[in-house]
Amino acid sequence: MSDTKGHALALRGLSKRYGDFVAVNDVSLEVGKGEFLTLLGPSGSGKTTILMAIAGFVAPSDGAILLDGRDITPLPPEKRDFGMVFQGYALFPHMTVAENVAFPLRVRGMSKADRDAKVRGALDLVQLAAFADRLPKQLSGGQQQRVALARALVFDPALLLLDEPLSALDKKLRAELQEELKALHQRVGRTFVNVTHDQEEALSLSDRIAILNHGRLVQAGAPGELYERPRTRFVADFLGKSNFLEGTVRGAAPGGFALEAGAARLAVRLPDGAAPLAEGSRSLLSLRPEKIALLAEGDAAENVAEGRILAFAYLGAGFSLRVATEHLGEIRATLPAWKSPIAPTEGLPVRLGWSADAAAPVEEDAA
Amino acid sequence: MSAAGRPGAGWWLLILPAFLLLVVFYLAPIVQVLAISVTEPEFGLENYERLLTSSAVQRVIFTTLRICIITTALALLLGYAIAYAITLASPRARGWWILAVLVPLWISVLVRAFAWVTLLRRQGLVNNTLMEAGLIGEPLPLVWNEFGIVVGMVHYMVPFAVLPMLSSMREIDPRLLAAARGLGASRGEVFRRVFLPLSLPGVIASGVLVFIFSLGFYITPAILGGGKTLMVAEWISLQILDLIRWGLGTMMATVLVVAILVTLAVFSRIVDLRRIFGAGA
Repeated sequence: MSDTKGHALALRGLSKRYGDFVAVNDVSLEVGKGEFLTLLGPSGSGKTTILMAIAGFVAPSDGAILLDGRDITPLPPEKRDFGMVFQGYALFPHMTVAENVAFPLRVRGMSKADRDAKVRGALDLVQLAAFADRLPKQLSGGQQQRVALARALVFDPALLLLDEPLSALDKKLRAELQEELKALHQRVGRTFVNVTHDQEEALSLSDRIAILNHGRLVQAGAPGELYERPRTRFVADFLGKSNFLEGTVRGAAPGGFALEAGAARLAVRLPDGAAPLAEGSRSLLSLRPEKIALLAEGDAAENVAEGRILAFAYLGAGFSLRVATEHLGEIRATLPAWKSPIAPTEGLPVRLGWSADAAAPVEEDAA
Repeated sequence: MSAAGRPGAGWWLLILPAFLLLVVFYLAPIVQVLAISVTEPEFGLENYERLLTSSAVQRVIFTTLRICIITTALALLLGYAIAYAITLASPRARGWWILAVLVPLWISVLVRAFAWVTLLRRQGLVNNTLMEAGLIGEPLPLVWNEFGIVVGMVHYMVPFAVLPMLSSMREIDPRLLAAARGLGASRGEVFRRVFLPLSLPGVIASGVLVFIFSLGFYITPAILGGGKTLMVAEWISLQILDLIRWGLGTMMATVLVVAILVTLAVFSRIVDLRRIFGAGA
């Protein structure tokens, strides 16, 4: 990946209000050169509005959008030089694949010879050179998506914006194109800004994810960082699945604390450099289902909860269990199905165990 | 329908009444018109010879074609602008626009023709206003000529031009226009390269509709032409009702029907209908 080709984007206090409704609320975000950033959030979280503001289709009520430090907020979309892949692709139905890809070059007044060479290069990039003379409706969904990508990249845009680029495809094709999209990003080395509500897509594609809810930026960071250290309950819940354990902080120390939840006392180890929690304060822990193990007779773990299986589901690769525990309420756990120590049945007594660093403290979201 | 999917006797019985109705009241008179045109006053193609020999017949045909082409062009131009404005309007404004387009259709064509006479005649509103403003010294000849006919016909035809174009414009995905701008096209280019080509099926449909409709126009040209400028329909009525020249009248009627069929055939051939009408995907 060459960092020289990409451009850096910055959002400064971006807001968008429609009457009383605040679609985007004071969002500040930096996108580095050549970075693949995903705006992730449920519908109505403001992610698409932010993308449309970056593209120039929505004028922000407040704040600024900067490209390499230059304020581009007042520029109309056609002056921004950003490539965009629209939801549903928005290919021009009256133009062939080659004409679609040539469109951005045509409106820039490029000569036919230069145009043809560029179009060929862009179609090669997405492996569609053989389809140049077809009409969009003669292509499959995946091929249309690749034409949209070629069209958005052919004019060497400063940024590539993607609005739910894979949402119209079936699951298998989506996984394939995810890999292609990631490989394409590496090949062209440009800055990509992607919008999705699909957390798996966000995790697998992005260098960095920005999680939005109710128009606010909740947390931004590398996928692993967000998954392992979610800042709030919303992030932990939206990105993957999570159990939430609530209690009082006891024995607070720089490296960890114990959470008193009813009669249970759970050991929590904090990562290096994490701020210690105040003794006696309320705390919420996020505990990922896959970090919980099923303990055999005589096995020990730093934290143990006993209970009975309420319900279970077989998912091929694993089992998903709902366990009613004595002190901690209902806990979800997933375990590999292959060589599972137990055959789950409803009502079966089990012991769940997890290490002290498995759970991470999170904040409650502001309403 | 039988199991094999072929229509059985029952199916034919069901459409028989409609079929008979069409044959008796529609097909039979047309065949009769065709028959008269080659038998009156005597058997032969004598009436059709007039197409090549009679300058009066040729003048009527050329006048009709000229008026129809001008009317179609103007109705398309005005209709396109209106349909475009309606497409871009907010949903509420759109309802009012469509109402405004449709209201003239509910007013009798006779009333509208006389209304235009009132406006355009020598002492009409238009001439009087222009005279009083001192812009002209003499009243302009605005009616009882081709100009008057075209004004009345365009007025009548604009709604028919608007509706097919409007439906074709509303099928255009607004995201395509946004995409075009996002890819660097100015507003003008978006219109020229994306909106206009995608609305073309509607323009062609409107054009064919208005042109064919105009060819057979009778009341408007009769009133606004004042008997001086003759179009085909009025000429036919003149031959049959006033001059009792059935042969000549039915010949022209046959030519009119053939002209309409040829127009339809040509347009369904020149225009690749599948490409244009299937382009909405």
